[in-house]
Amino acid sequence: MTLDVAWAVAWVRASAATVAEHRDELVELDRQIGDGDHGENLNRGFKAVVAKLDALPEQPAQIGDVLKLVATTLMSTVGGAAGPLYGTAFLRAARATDVTELDSGGVVALLEAALEGIVARGKATTGEKTMVDAWTPATEAAVAAADQGAAPPEVLAAAAQAAADGAQATIPLVATKGRASYLGERSAGHLDPGARSTELLLAAAAGAAQAAA
Amino acid sequence: MTGERATARVALVLVSHSRGLAEGAVELAGQMAPGVLLLAAGGGPDGGLGTSYDLVEAALGEATGDGRSAVVLTDLGSAVLTAESVLELAEPDVAERVRLADAPFVEGAVAAAVAAHGGADLAAVVAAAEHAGTTFAAVPPGEPATSAASGAEVARGAAVLRNPLGLHARPAAIVARMIAGYDARVRVNGVDAASVLQLMKLGAVQGQEIVVEAEGSQAVEARDALLAAVESGFGEV
Repeated sequence: MTLDVAWAVAWVRASAATVAEHRDELVELDRQIGDGDHGENLNRGFKAVVAKLDALPEQPAQIGDVLKLVATTLMSTVGGAAGPLYGTAFLRAARATDVTELDSGGVVALLEAALEGIVARGKATTGEKTMVDAWTPATEAAVAAADQGAAPPEVLAAAAQAAADGAQATIPLVATKGRASYLGERSAGHLDPGARSTELLLAAAAGAAQAAA
Repeated sequence: MTGERATARVALVLVSHSRGLAEGAVELAGQMAPGVLLLAAGGGPDGGLGTSYDLVEAALGEATGDGRSAVVLTDLGSAVLTAESVLELAEPDVAERVRLADAPFVEGAVAAAVAAHGGADLAAVVAAAEHAGTTFAAVPPGEPATSAASGAEVARGAAVLRNPLGLHARPAAIVARMIAGYDARVRVNGVDAASVLQLMKLGAVQGQEIVVEAEGSQAVEARDALLAAVESGFGEV
């Protein structure tokens, strides 16, 4: 099976729903080691994305069109570091999905492009207690699943599970990038809010794919 | 916002998480560099703390209008990320005229503004901003005049500082701007006279002797102009 534009729209709407649902949790995580605005910023951004989707006269033709709308809207409305980071991720993902359908290889290309965008924008690598610690294992798991012939929903499910594991693994880390790095050793013992929101977005992608299968 | 008489080739965009901080930095730098277009892009999309893609994009568009180049100064992480994102999506002919300075926000803005006011090009304005990050650590106060400008071609002179407030920001900016107009390397009490921050760091007070050393093809002219300015009290006394 393949994923189509309807899946992309469903993913975005599910992302907005899960971010809204976990808004307070993300705020609290960010309050512990950052400036406390991650949940509020991301919720505002995805609400704006949904409003733009609702205002479209017709469904976009290509998956990349949906992701580009997400990218530009998040950049304009999020306000914290998550705006340019997720904005760049969706922008690069959009450039990699100039198509109407994605097979497993296409899903991998989407995730790889997003990760590449985050790394390029944030200049972070793994182990620095950032969203890269969720995106990197997610992408690796997607590659492995696709190599074994998994269908797109299973590829995304593997990515979402790896993102969740990666997010949990940020807890003992000492932050060396982002606002939490100002805390030094005191950042250890806390779940990174960006890794957690990455986990939520990829779980939304997997859920939307499951529903489409 | 300043810039009604903006004539400098390089404009500055000051991106801060705080609208108040960005506007304050524009005000501070503008006092020393009235000929430079200075644009504040502070605060998030809702006006609170954060950075706004749309504000940065609009400021960069205005800054690079009329063929100008622009240097962007940022405070914390997401200001940098937002500015980079705007540049990634900007037209190539605009993006190639913009540089992000890795510099302290306030000191870098002041140093860059004065350099731009003195006619510096894009690379020199970036260098002035980035050098500001090392200036304070590099120049101990009250250090005796070193003879970095040594040799037969050095024009030397001295005058007594008359200003009641000493060599504060305004006269320091006058010195730096004046020096930029000459083909000369000038040191004042041992520090680079082209650097407002180094001059202010001297902490020179009223009644103190100001020692000028200049070299270069217009060393004598630069020295004489500078000494005359010191003796006139920079128009303040």
